[in-house]
Parts: sequence; structure tokens; C-alpha cells
Amino acid sequence: MQNFGEAFVLAFGLVLQADPDLIEIVLLSLRVSLAAVVLSCAIGLPLGALLATTRFAGRGASIVALNALMGLPPVVVGLLVYLMLSNAGPLGWLQLLYTPTAMIIAQTLLITPIVAALTREVVEQLQHEYDEQFRSLCVPPGVAVRALLWDSRYALLTVALAGFGRAIAEVGAVIIVGGNIDHLTRVMTTAIALETSKGNLALALALGIVLLSLALIVNALVMSLKTGANHAHG
Amino acid sequence: MPMDEAAALHREPTVAAAIPTIMADGKRPLLPLEVRGLVYRAGLRNLIDELDLTLHAGPLSVIMGPNGAGKSLLLRLLHGLLTPSCGEIRWHDAAGQGEDVRRRQALVFQRPVLLRRSVRANLDFALHVSGRRSAARRDELLRHVGLSERARQPARLLSGGEQQRLALARALATEPEVLFLDEPTASLDPSATAAIEGLVRQAHAAGTKIVFVTHDLGQARRLAGEVVFLHHGRVAEQTDAMRFFDQPESQAAADYLSGRLVF
Repeated sequence: MQNFGEAFVLAFGLVLQADPDLIEIVLLSLRVSLAAVVLSCAIGLPLGALLATTRFAGRGASIVALNALMGLPPVVVGLLVYLMLSNAGPLGWLQLLYTPTAMIIAQTLLITPIVAALTREVVEQLQHEYDEQFRSLCVPPGVAVRALLWDSRYALLTVALAGFGRAIAEVGAVIIVGGNIDHLTRVMTTAIALETSKGNLALALALGIVLLSLALIVNALVMSLKTGANHAHG
Repeated sequence: MPMDEAAALHREPTVAAAIPTIMADGKRPLLPLEVRGLVYRAGLRNLIDELDLTLHAGPLSVIMGPNGAGKSLLLRLLHGLLTPSCGEIRWHDAAGQGEDVRRRQALVFQRPVLLRRSVRANLDFALHVSGRRSAARRDELLRHVGLSERARQPARLLSGGEQQRLALARALATEPEVLFLDEPTASLDPSATAAIEGLVRQAHAAGTKIVFVTHDLGQARRLAGEVVFLHHGRVAEQTDAMRFFDQPESQAAADYLSGRLVF
């Protein structure tokens, strides 16, 4: 319990002093995770919407596979990306291993199934509601998908938030492909893992508290956005 | 809303009792509609059972019948939202099939499904998908249904009557030759019902064929030019409205009008 008290004091101290190392780590964490969320939304939103609105042979199996991929182990994703980006791998020539870009790729792979699967759920529910009206109006499929995504935008914010939560808290993949290099690829989670292994439990906990606070702030921002939108749009 | 303004919203200026052979846009008119031997089966039961029906341009057709008679189902079959188990639905312009025919009709549902957008964005969407996007046309429709003041409000925050007026405006935005209405006033108060009825009358006067499903005998008396009475998934009677209410031909219709429950 002593560690907890010490950790809180340390965490507040780090934040209040605006420790440059901490700020660098926080900014990199946000940069990597937000970039991964943007990329996974660019892929996962249309993919999920297409799965929700189209009927094809193997659709059921695709949905099961996508749902299963939500539980992808980060270390497996990290390993796969490592194999692809290492010098001996097919994308080794890109020289991306141990860079923030490699971390973004790994996190994108990790959270795209989450975004796509949850998007399918959200859009499918709305599609059931709109289906007869859209067929009555003869809405073309592309227009229908865009309309469904737009009209579920506030629910999809929660989907993006789920992706962000998974990305910002993830350590297994980013430590494999990023290498936890100081001032280059060190993010909050890898820093916590490092300090824990060094026995600096109070510092590790303090970093954990900062990480939790970050997640809390992002969630609060999105929730206030959703609440405001609900009041405005019904 | 003056009649001439309502008429301006539609292609055809007057009620056409006689069928034109060709329309202004070069297409043949959709009506008359011939339905022969129509069956819609669910499990082992025929919900629509060997139904025959002819609908002509002209009279405002009201479809009546007890619960479970197949009124809403028939509307969905005619509009092409459901596929018949067997039988034939033949529009006069048989060249167009499926979506081609459906684009020339519109259906207003009992519970309007509105997009999670503003009132005007709902109309913009309908105008866009029907290839008629125009802010002037949208504003004209909003004025027509008395929703100009609410144009920027979220559609889902409108009252029930306003939502149904918006749904009707959306249907009219596609300039349908045939407008199906499935109990559009079922959950509305008398003044909202009167507003919808007024709009429907104007659309009819402007040349749109109206096929209106209702349970409400008073409403049917106010609106109907002809009544199609359904019973057990078949047309028990199709006749002029005055005659139907004064001297129904079928026992089922007589029982229904006298308030005796018809199963």
C-alpha cells in the first residue's frame, strides 16, 4: 500500500513539473495510438458497414472470423509485424522496424478487427431500422452504406474509443516492433514495463496513473461530444 | 395550402380517369394495375390467398379489412418490398420491372422511419436518391407540409403528426405516380389526422394515384373514392365508396361495417 501513496505523489509531481521525458512519452503514446485509431477506422468502418449491409456466401463465417480476431494476442501481432519488417522479411527494405511507424502498423492490425466487428453490430442494427425505407426509395448500396455510417456516427465514436482504449493500453506488440528505445519508441506502456522490471514500482505505478488519466480524459471528451450531439440531434 | 400550389408539386395537373397512352417523359403510365392469383405464403399459411385486384388511375382507393386481412402485406407486395409466393402483379407499363417500377411509387409507413438528421436533410436525402436534388424544391415541400419553421430541427424530435407529414413530404419528393399509405394516421390525434388527410387529398387532386390503408371507418368515408375490402387475404369486395358504405355486397363487409368482428 505504501507504493500506492508514493505513486500518487510521484505521479502528481511528474505532471506538475511537466517532466520533459514524461511529456515526450505521453505525446508519442498519443501519436501512435491516435494514428492507429484513424487508420483502423479508415479500414474498419467501411469494412464493418459492408459486412452489415451485403449478403454473400461465407458472410456468417467472415463475421465469426472477424469477431474472433477481436481477441488477437498483441504479442502474436507484434511477432507477425516483426517478421514482416525485419531485414529478412518481405518488407525489410522499408527499414521500419524499431520506429513509431512500425508501432502504428502493429496497433492498426490489432484494433482494426475491433473497429470492424463493432461497426458491423452498430450499422446492422440501424440497417434493420432503415431497410424497408431504403428499399422503398431504391437507395443505391453505396449511398446506403454512407448514410448508415453517417447516421450512426455518434455510436461509432464509442467504437473508435474502444479501439483507442485497446491501442493505448497495449504493450506486447509495440515492445516487439518498437523495442522501447528511449527518446525514439518509448511509450507509456513500455515505460511502465521497463520501470517494473527495474524494480521502480512507484515510478511504474505513477506512469500507470498518468496513463489511466489520459484514457479518462479522452473518454470524457468523447462522451461530452456524444451528449452534446444527442441533445442537438435527438 | 391552395390547390394550385399543391398541383405545382406534381407532374400531372388533374385526376386522370382516362389512361393516357404516353406520359410527358415518354414513359407509359403505371396504371392500371392488374393483380391475378396473388399468393403470399408464410409457413403453411397463405396470408394473401389467390387475390385478384385491378386498380385504375382516378379514384382514391382505400383498402379496408379486419386485423390480419393482409392489408399492409398487400401494400408491400404491390410496392415490391416483398416477393409473392406465386401469382402476378402486372403494371400497365410492363417494360420496367423491380426497382424501375418502385422508383415511380412511394410508400408511407404507419410508423415513419426518419433518418437521424435534420428535417431538411431527410428531404435532401430523398431528393438526392431520386435524382431531383434542389434546395428550392425542398423548401417548397417543407412549405407544403407546414414544416418550414422546423427545417433545421432534428427529425426525430418532431411530434408524431409532424413526423408523418415529413414522411409524406419525403414520399412526394420522389414525384410518385402511385402513393401507398399504410395507416399513416393510426397513432395521430384528430388535428394531425386532418392535416395528413388534407395533404393526401391535395396529392390526389394533383394526379397522384392514392392507395390508402385504414381501419378508421370515418376516415374511409371522408377519403375513399373506391373501397377495396379484404378478408382472409382475398378481395371480398371492390366497389364505389358510397355504395360500399350504403349497401355492402359481401357479408364480411356488412359485418365489418356493423361492428361485428370478422375473423
